[in-house]
Amino acid sequence: MIRLEKRPQPSRAWTVATPLLAVALTMVAGGLMFALLGKDPVVAIRTIFWDPLFHEQFASYSRPQLLVKAGPLILIATGLSLGFRAGIWNIGAEGQYIMGALAGAGVALALYPLDAWFLFPLMVLAGALGGWAWAMIPAILKTRFRTNEILVSLLLVYVAEQVLASMALGLMKNPEGGGFPGSRNLQHYPAAANTELIAGTGMHWGVAAAFIAVIAAYVLLTRHILGFQIRLAGQSPRAARFAGVNPNALVVICLGLSGALAGLAGMFEVAGPAGRVNIGFNQGYGFTAIIVAFLGRLHPVGILLAGLLMALTYIGGELAQFMLGIPSAAIQAFQGMLLFFLLGVDVLSNYRIRLGRRRIA
Amino acid sequence: MDGERPRRDRRVKALLTVEGLTKAYPGVVANDRVDFDIAEGEIHALLGENGAGKSTLVKMIYGLAQPDAGRMTLRGQPYAPAGPGAARASGVALVFQHFSLFDALSVAENIALGMETPPPMRRLAARIREVSETYGLPLTPDRLVGGLSAGERQRVEIIRCLLQDPRLLIMDEPTSVLTPQEVAILFATLRKLAAEGTAILYISHKLEEIRSLCDRATILRRGRVVESCNPREKTAADLAEMMVGAKLTAPSRAGGNPGGVVLEVSGLSLPSANPFGTSLRDVSFSVRAGEILGIGGVAGNGQDELLDALSGEAAVAAGAVRLRGQPIGALGPGPRRRVAVLAAPEERLGHAAAPDMSLTENAMLTAAIREGLAARGFLKWPAAKAFAERVIAAFDVRTPGPGNAARSLSGGNLQKFVIGREVLQRPEVLVVNQPTWGVDASAAAAIRQALLDLAASGTAVIVISQDLDELMEISDRFAALNEGRLSPPRPAQGLTLEEIGLMLGGAHDMEVAHVAE
Ligand SMILES: Nc1ncnc2c1ncn2[C@@H]1O[C@H](COP(=O)(O)OP(=O)(O)OP(=O)(O)O)[C@@H](O)[C@H]1O
Ligand SMILES: [Mg+2]
Repeated sequence: MIRLEKRPQPSRAWTVATPLLAVALTMVAGGLMFALLGKDPVVAIRTIFWDPLFHEQFASYSRPQLLVKAGPLILIATGLSLGFRAGIWNIGAEGQYIMGALAGAGVALALYPLDAWFLFPLMVLAGALGGWAWAMIPAILKTRFRTNEILVSLLLVYVAEQVLASMALGLMKNPEGGGFPGSRNLQHYPAAANTELIAGTGMHWGVAAAFIAVIAAYVLLTRHILGFQIRLAGQSPRAARFAGVNPNALVVICLGLSGALAGLAGMFEVAGPAGRVNIGFNQGYGFTAIIVAFLGRLHPVGILLAGLLMALTYIGGELAQFMLGIPSAAIQAFQGMLLFFLLGVDVLSNYRIRLGRRRIA
Repeated sequence: MDGERPRRDRRVKALLTVEGLTKAYPGVVANDRVDFDIAEGEIHALLGENGAGKSTLVKMIYGLAQPDAGRMTLRGQPYAPAGPGAARASGVALVFQHFSLFDALSVAENIALGMETPPPMRRLAARIREVSETYGLPLTPDRLVGGLSAGERQRVEIIRCLLQDPRLLIMDEPTSVLTPQEVAILFATLRKLAAEGTAILYISHKLEEIRSLCDRATILRRGRVVESCNPREKTAADLAEMMVGAKLTAPSRAGGNPGGVVLEVSGLSLPSANPFGTSLRDVSFSVRAGEILGIGGVAGNGQDELLDALSGEAAVAAGAVRLRGQPIGALGPGPRRRVAVLAAPEERLGHAAAPDMSLTENAMLTAAIREGLAARGFLKWPAAKAFAERVIAAFDVRTPGPGNAARSLSGGNLQKFVIGREVLQRPEVLVVNQPTWGVDASAAAAIRQALLDLAASGTAVIVISQDLDELMEISDRFAALNEGRLSPPRPAQGLTLEEIGLMLGGAHDMEVAHVAE
């Protein structure tokens, strides 16, 4: 018989080990799935996890992609993790990401072709504000009318997508684009472009911002009273009230912070790798970041590693599609398995497994 | 009925024998080669100070924890329950101190939930009525649990056990939340069960109760059995000394004169946030510096709401609570701590302390402001750790260190930590709710002494408690809280039991006392 016994204190070792175990289980189950699809599982797993970094032919292209993809994931997930720790569930980072991109690009397009040093900082500010404002909608509805932030933030993603489409087709459409949807390419607008900081690495301002966010979140959670209140509210809401935490203020702060970081990620993306506002500009970073946040155990350093890992499965997944003809749905299922196993083995850090009855000496 | 129970030859009828049972947790040996036995029809007390290992022992008997070493024999057969289900199947039942009932379900539904194969509701309700009549435990099967008093909830748990016809009934601190009348009913039931041959293992810190109820007592000290005796032949003081291994001193009162009014509550009304709570209605009182105001009454009559209003967790009209004339009713918990109004709620796990956080973090929880544990928003963990260590040392909290999670402490030890954390912050007003709930006799005496000393140093202290003896021992004035209304406070000295009964508003208790006959 298998039984679970609650640990008196969460196990440190298992907290670290469960993500690794989850990755290992994902490789096994994913390999099985690939085998059922008639692909060589070992080759498939190697193509996903190894080739993007070390393949002699593709690595020079795909290695910089790692940071390009991981940057927004880490930036968004770091913001989300603060709310998740406090029990505040922002599921709509994707929408905030879009609104941040629109606000940032909007500033640049409105001032085009102004060539001033302050344009890019202004875009950064606008991006953060755009995401923040979009997140304030669920925050205010929750604190005022007790609506559920999960539903409101999620539904606002679809609203944001409509706004994006209308901007790409209307207000922000490139007047010199020959009638095609989509804005001017900001990469060709030097004052507004988010360029690579170190050539050939994929490192741009958004990636730098992600690293800064990780460090800031770490300091916040371990050393700052706000981080303490966030953890307290998540673990024990009644004790948090007793400690003087104002739950409404926490909702506004957590949703605002995560919205602003998602908005920043969108702004850096539109001014950099994506280049232009267009339909389908959002690629699901806001949703994938939820997985990244949990994969990283809602811990800043964990999120950093999880973001890199997730980016790797993205790039590797594309590579596997391209080289082995694995369908994209299978790649998505593979990524889903990662979250599934993570949550599944999570129980080990709080419980210990007892097999059968203990023999009594 | 306190008559002589014939002493049985226990070797003949030993129901459960425990030999060399050992259980270690990180940093402590909670049970160290424990030997004891219990006979059929015996009411056996398990005594020991906080953290002595009583709950650990019964958890192993009930299959909730597995021993590291040792063995158990039940009715001559080896007994090693893999879980509570196996224990129940062997006729062992346990009533926890903390109830595991659902407020929104009826009594019968709650009982059905705990059964492996519940009979149809109609039959079950009939069985519940039958058992409750046989054992004098008044209970209506279709009432919602949310509306029941603590005593009635406990009856639900007991009847749930009795329906399984247990041979051994274990009760872990059953009376700490009961009124005297409810205790009387419980004891009558237990004696009846014992007369029918059920063995009862009874854990309590209330030594007088043990002397009147139990045939035999096993005393644990730091995980070991140190003595086994007949509690009727000992005084309560003897028992307490055996538990701690040292002499006990009764709290002493300095008897200074109270100063001016510090806290004034006037016309305080507060609708309860909890659908099963009690709203406060027009509560007024004042407390002077150096005075202890005792507030008695059965839990659930507005005690939690009163604490929330005084700690700042519930916002009330600014003028309803005044500190030295200044309105503070609208201030939240943080600002109230800043003006030295501190509180210690009753529910220690999840309200006074965050269960999964360390004691250092729990020290930060309320002491950040007054102990200067934060500077411009940044936390000083070394200072918090030092403060937690001070609380641990000053209040003799038994734990391997401040890094341990609050939930790993034994109940009484966490209570000492929670009270000590507020007392050491030099409050001007301190409000405590059930300060010695589940605390052993010597630690309870230490907590009461700390409250008396705090008052002697000029603090206005408000003690909300169900324990009338405790209130009479330490209060200068006494008031009763009943259905959300507070009686006018009266000097505690010279109050007779009848007068207190009248202040408590009688009706509810009278009914219970009548049934108890
Ligand atoms: N799950 C656990 N993990 C770690 N230590 C534990 C655990 N449970 C109990 N302990 C420790 O074991 C010792 C005995 O605890 P136990 O709860 O049995 O005491 P107790 O006699 O019931 O005390 P109280 O009267 O305060 O309820 C204590 O030092 C306690 O801190
Ligand atoms: Mg106990």
